[in-house]
Amino acid sequence: MFNSSEINAFKNVWVFCEQREGVMMPTTFELISEGRKLADELGVELCGILLGDDVDGIAKELGVYGADKVYVYNSPLLKVFTTDAYAKVIVDAVEEWKPEILLFGASTIGRDLAPRCAARLHTGLCADCTHLDIDLANYQQFLREASTLPEDRIERTKSVRLAGEDHSVARDLKMTRPAFGGHLMASIICPRFRPAMATVRPGVMKRRENPREVELLHPAFDLKPEDIKTEVVEVVKAGKKLVDLIGADFIVSVGRGISKDVEKGLALAEELANELGGVVGASRACVDAGWIGADHQVGQTGKTVHPKVYIALGISGAIQHKAGMQESECIIAVNKNENAPIFECADYGIVGDLFKVVPELIESIRAAKAAK
Amino acid sequence: MKIFVTVKQVPDTSGTVAVNPDGTLDRASMQTIINPDDMNAVEAALTLKDELGCKVIAFTMGPPPAEGMLRELMAMGVDEGVLITAREFGGSDTYATSQIIAAAIDTYGVEPEDIILAGRQAIDGDTAQVGPQIAEKLHLPQVTYAGEIKKDGDTLTVKRILEDGYMTVKVKTPCMITCIKELNKPRYMNIGGIFACYNMPVVTMTYDTLKDHPLIDKSTIGLLGSPTNILTSFTPPQKGAGQMLPGDGKETTDKLAGILAAKHII
Repeated sequence: MFNSSEINAFKNVWVFCEQREGVMMPTTFELISEGRKLADELGVELCGILLGDDVDGIAKELGVYGADKVYVYNSPLLKVFTTDAYAKVIVDAVEEWKPEILLFGASTIGRDLAPRCAARLHTGLCADCTHLDIDLANYQQFLREASTLPEDRIERTKSVRLAGEDHSVARDLKMTRPAFGGHLMASIICPRFRPAMATVRPGVMKRRENPREVELLHPAFDLKPEDIKTEVVEVVKAGKKLVDLIGADFIVSVGRGISKDVEKGLALAEELANELGGVVGASRACVDAGWIGADHQVGQTGKTVHPKVYIALGISGAIQHKAGMQESECIIAVNKNENAPIFECADYGIVGDLFKVVPELIESIRAAKAAK
Repeated sequence: MKIFVTVKQVPDTSGTVAVNPDGTLDRASMQTIINPDDMNAVEAALTLKDELGCKVIAFTMGPPPAEGMLRELMAMGVDEGVLITAREFGGSDTYATSQIIAAAIDTYGVEPEDIILAGRQAIDGDTAQVGPQIAEKLHLPQVTYAGEIKKDGDTLTVKRILEDGYMTVKVKTPCMITCIKELNKPRYMNIGGIFACYNMPVVTMTYDTLKDHPLIDKSTIGLLGSPTNILTSFTPPQKGAGQMLPGDGKETTDKLAGILAAKHII
């Protein structure tokens, strides 16, 4: 009988390896890389769990980023994602092999599936994590860099009071995530149950190659058509090619500042992005106004990006926007309002009208490139 | 036929947010609003009510002032509001919260033609977990990220919005659907409703109301029953302000381009 509170019976780090139409989602490689780090800190194996139809070929790719084993489940019933089929196969596998950690990408699939699995397994799940640690010293060092907590409060994170006793968090997964729209960060643990589960925000964890021979396992499993209560009628890809914000080195983002001439504002951003070999991003205000597609949105409810250069044009810099871009290597802000909060996180700021500054900047960049 | 809608009163994180010295949120200083995605769930429920004449029951868990939010929903057309409130429920994480709300919904009985609607996620926690976890506790199928819902008899056809497109999913009632803002535009309260809602009863469910339900157990509710614990919370340090380049003319942009070139960025 499976019991999620027998925490010593659980071992190894697992990653749900999301594929769509037989292609591994990029987030999977980020999670495998991060999972490798956690497995090394615990001294255990890193395993992928991959569901699909005829997906052995892509399972081998996981060895590049450090997976020791992949549990592969092939079935026509798993070709397209359904909550019921995927949750059943994953929960049955977890009950059999008892991993101590189970990670999902925080995608529209991961965030549909993970809560369902956690509720069935009776364990904790932390949503949309941006930082994961096992090693306590590493975690406390992270707090020194990423928080304003005083040293005595950082020191106190080594344990929590549980049922009147001090519980050491040395072997617990410390899952850090933004809350309240990015105003606050919280570190969450799941001390009494296993597996500790997390969904991880796409684009945040770094891909790191760590090649090894990966072992593929094909366990028997029980899944019948009647287990699936929903029917996927069709899967439709967006007509136009979506912008790849997460993979871009240069992002030129626009905000409400383009409102006086939206068409021209977007054209200028596009021209500047082209000059730099980058792409166009946007604040939520522009997406909500219907000026640009949701795939361009940067921020708490959009994408988290860390390009080499992020240029914010006419973006005031609400905390929700900053949450998605403040880790960029270099931030340049152009805004008419010298008090705009975006300047608080910018490396270089210009107070001015973007319609005047951007054409000048394009010219200056062309000249600087020509002079090289 | 009944439609259950789950709603949450949340701090308005788009306004000014004050943080206490200990790193927790100064909730007293913040405005509260009805969670935006939940408004889309309410509108979807009322749209179905307009068509089919079904009963719409809104559930919320929170402190007693959340009753005011339920009355606002009744002024929009919701038939009944249920406030789930008890000290024993405080500090619940998503797992514990879903147990409690599932138990509350279950006391009404989920019948074959019923639908549960929830917002995709609340803007305070942004977890998107409670909807699916209620569905799991009630053994119902779910469709999340609904951008369009069509009903034909006992079958709902839902456009489920993905990052790179969408999928069309058919599901039979009873089921759970979580709603996103693309689904609809929430209606306003109506004048008659604003007057009427103050004479309509709000049902209050406490720990005593729910304690005999199989899902309610001291070990699975509240702070002590939550599988997750907060180790610490903190505010990120303000990155030191960078260099403001004076002026907005060509000499300013030349200087910026020069810096980028010197750093081999361009």
